[in-house]
Amino acid sequence: MHCGKYIKSQTVKLCIVVLHIDGIRSPLASRCYSHAKVETDEEFDARWVTYFSKPDIDAWELKKGMNTLIGYDLVPEPKILDSALRACRRLNDLASAIRILEAVKDKSGPHKDIYPYLIQELQPTLIELGISTPEDLGMDKL
Amino acid sequence: MDNRARGYNITLQLHKDLHILTILTAFLMLATRALSLVGKRAISTSICVRGGHGVAKVDDYALPAYFDRRENPLPDVQFVTELSAVQKSLKEKEKGSWATLSNEEKIALYRISFKQSFAEMNEGTKEWKSVIAGMFFFIGMTGLVVLWQRKFVYGPVPPTFESEWKEKEVQRMLDMRINPVEGFSAKWDYENKEWKK
Repeated sequence: MHCGKYIKSQTVKLCIVVLHIDGIRSPLASRCYSHAKVETDEEFDARWVTYFSKPDIDAWELKKGMNTLIGYDLVPEPKILDSALRACRRLNDLASAIRILEAVKDKSGPHKDIYPYLIQELQPTLIELGISTPEDLGMDKL
Repeated sequence: MDNRARGYNITLQLHKDLHILTILTAFLMLATRALSLVGKRAISTSICVRGGHGVAKVDDYALPAYFDRRENPLPDVQFVTELSAVQKSLKEKEKGSWATLSNEEKIALYRISFKQSFAEMNEGTKEWKSVIAGMFFFIGMTGLVVLWQRKFVYGPVPPTFESEWKEKEVQRMLDMRINPVEGFSAKWDYENKEWKK
């Protein structure tokens, strides 16, 4: 809290007082940012893994979850996708599993190195569940 | 109306409501009992029959629809709604291990649920060619119109455009020393009577 060091003014002294009263480590100027707790990446991932890990997940929940996840400005981590693919297995829905893989490839956009990484990470799961990638089936071509 | 009369009216209304409610609940209980034989669906729809107008027809557009969109990878419904016998047996096989399914079967399962793959839905059209062709065509048409105008609409150009006139004009401008510092006459070499190189 160096704000009083170079400038001796009433408002700055007030600034220091405000910070101490707050008790939180807020930025130097007391700006009007929300005080809501920001979810960390790990928390986000954990939440979604838990969502798809529900043992009796139903088809609607899978669709809703997947569509929502694709709506976010990110490519889901392999562990979330793993959880989603296992949910597809519980629902006996191979088509959705393949669709999910297509969707994340599409989601990566111009970053062509994300999808191969995801497939590499998911390879054990894909083999275990017997899911073919769209490339294996020739569905990535027209 | 005085307060007491209003009070009586209110209680009378409440009584009436209560009567109606009890009669209705009794009717509903009877109705649901009777219709439990017909099936669960019928109960919810038959409640509408009370109005005497029958059950509302559910239009196609009001039901969840299938659509291929990048941002909605898993649509609300399957693409194929009525499965053939082959497809039904495939769906049964899907309940087992997926490793036993052949590639064709996997593709068939995909096609039951989805109409177009991502590759197909993202495929561009060849529309841009028609657009460029149309652009050139209309620019060409405009060109023809302009040429026709020049020939048939516009009159002759004034005499000031003739080369003879122009030569005299340039000579006059040089004699007048138009823009002698940096412009027109500055580029003329008066000694050698030619344009400066």
